[in-house]
Amino acid sequence: MALVEIRDVYKSFQRDTQKIDVFTGLTLDIEAGSFTALMGPSGSGKSTLLNLIAGLDKPTRGTVRVGGAAVSEMSPGQLAAWRASNIGFVFQSFNLLPVLTAYQNVELPLLLTRLSGKERNERVKLALEVVGLADRADHYPRQLSGGQEQRTAIARAIVADPTVMLLDEPTGQLDAKSSQEVLALLQRLNNEFSKTIVIVTHDAHAAERAKTTLHLEKGDLIEKRAAVAGVR
Amino acid sequence: MKYLGLVLANLGRHKLRTILTILSVALALFLFASLRSVTTTLAATAQLGGARRLVTTNATGIVFVLPLAYGNRIKALPGVTGLSWANWFGGRYGDGKSFFANFAVDAESYLKMYPEFIIADDQRAAFLRDRTGALIGKRLLRQFGWKVGQNVTLQGTIFPGEWTFTVDAVYTPNDPSLGDDALVFHHEYFDERIGRAGIAGWYIVEIDDPAHAPQIAKSIDDMFRNSSAPTKTGTEKEFQASFATMWGNVSFLMSTIGLAVVFAILLVTANAMMMSARERTGEIAVLKTVGFSDRLLFALIMVEAGAMALTGAALGLGGAKLFYPAINFNGAGFLPGFKVATSTLVVGGLVALGLMLASGLVPALRAARLPVVQALRHVE
Repeated sequence: MALVEIRDVYKSFQRDTQKIDVFTGLTLDIEAGSFTALMGPSGSGKSTLLNLIAGLDKPTRGTVRVGGAAVSEMSPGQLAAWRASNIGFVFQSFNLLPVLTAYQNVELPLLLTRLSGKERNERVKLALEVVGLADRADHYPRQLSGGQEQRTAIARAIVADPTVMLLDEPTGQLDAKSSQEVLALLQRLNNEFSKTIVIVTHDAHAAERAKTTLHLEKGDLIEKRAAVAGVR
Repeated sequence: MKYLGLVLANLGRHKLRTILTILSVALALFLFASLRSVTTTLAATAQLGGARRLVTTNATGIVFVLPLAYGNRIKALPGVTGLSWANWFGGRYGDGKSFFANFAVDAESYLKMYPEFIIADDQRAAFLRDRTGALIGKRLLRQFGWKVGQNVTLQGTIFPGEWTFTVDAVYTPNDPSLGDDALVFHHEYFDERIGRAGIAGWYIVEIDDPAHAPQIAKSIDDMFRNSSAPTKTGTEKEFQASFATMWGNVSFLMSTIGLAVVFAILLVTANAMMMSARERTGEIAVLKTVGFSDRLLFALIMVEAGAMALTGAALGLGGAKLFYPAINFNGAGFLPGFKVATSTLVVGGLVALGLMLASGLVPALRAARLPVVQALRHVE
């Protein structure tokens, strides 16, 4: 059974008087431990798909299941709790809270758990170590480079050991060097820690790092390409 | 407690704005406590007065006097067990900027009738012996640095001339509302200096039983109804209350100003909270994505509003509670026993809670109801 199961999903938006259909019966599986890149032009539904998987949005029709849980049928309260332990989300513009240090930003998802302060401390330190920022724990986002900010955001996404990591254009605001660092980190998380990763990107180089690339166009899955093992 | 860091970090986001908002709340509640304390002090003063004491004044008004000859006729009435009289003097000390009450009394009967004034026995005896002696409240001793045995000269305003008294005794009231800033001197000396005019500003009538008060008051007033100076007699409490009612509109004005100030600050605080929450729309979306529930975000924003309102309240109400005793405030003698009552602190605390609810509710609800996807568009 796939980790993420999307079945016959319809999603439409109302913009003024115009109804915009994003998905019309999308069906898709994402396997546990996979590294999937979602590509496609603007408006093809990539971010909407990410939002549906994360339970941030609901399909107009159809079902979205993640790890067996029917995300599309949960109440807002259930979704929040579910997201806290199952989803690690990374944004294009990092979205660290500017008033919190890197450590405090990474700790945020753990505040929602029953972990003690000591356990939270251990996990945050480990997450920062994994992303190579153990020595930047006390730095505020303004004191970090773009690449470091995004790595902090990734640490925040992995700290609660989520079922799946969702990244929306994670290298969109980074220079080439930082992009490579972040992508290498994602690859490592997938290879060494078997994290299931779904990344939305316009960047073909970024997509090359993924094991599977899905192309969306006008809400339809038009291509699925698996990377050749050992090449990347 | 684990969210404390997040709340403090958010409060520290715009330190100056947070400090100014807290100070606004503090100032509003300081003013509120001060203005309400004027009202409660006046109300407490209106409750003063012994149950067995009646006061007889000129029916035309307190500024008109009564003949001293009325005394013996009142004393002779059944149920009357004691009588004293007094005259407002209205003397000025120094440059006159520091006002205090001063009046002439029939000392022996007056002190007998007012056990509320605590006086050392030797000083009491000295005052009763000394025809030009004065009995003063202990506040005057502190205020002017007077000493027992010292001569003090008042400038007469209603009764012109320089009036010199010897400070023979100091009193401390057993109830702060009675005030401790009056100077009293012998009516005998007063009467002599004004050429034996034989006048009394008011009579204090001690009766055998409070239940007889209406009947005795009526007998007194009936006795002088057709004289040139008809009287008006009532309980001492009514007499005190009549002074308080003179402040009636002022009390209303104070309450209104107090509420207006609080309302103005409510708008300031609500505006600050709204701005703070609006600026964080993106962050709220991120927190929701991380897994913060609508309810938790609502609570966190309410806690922020509460922290500001309650810190402001603690500063404002606590400040008022400590400030007035520290400066020995008594409203230039018009508000003896002025204090910020516990009831004022409780009402102030409730006002602060109201401020918290009113200023935090809208941004908190807004944050809780914010659709994540819509908010994320704001982010991206």
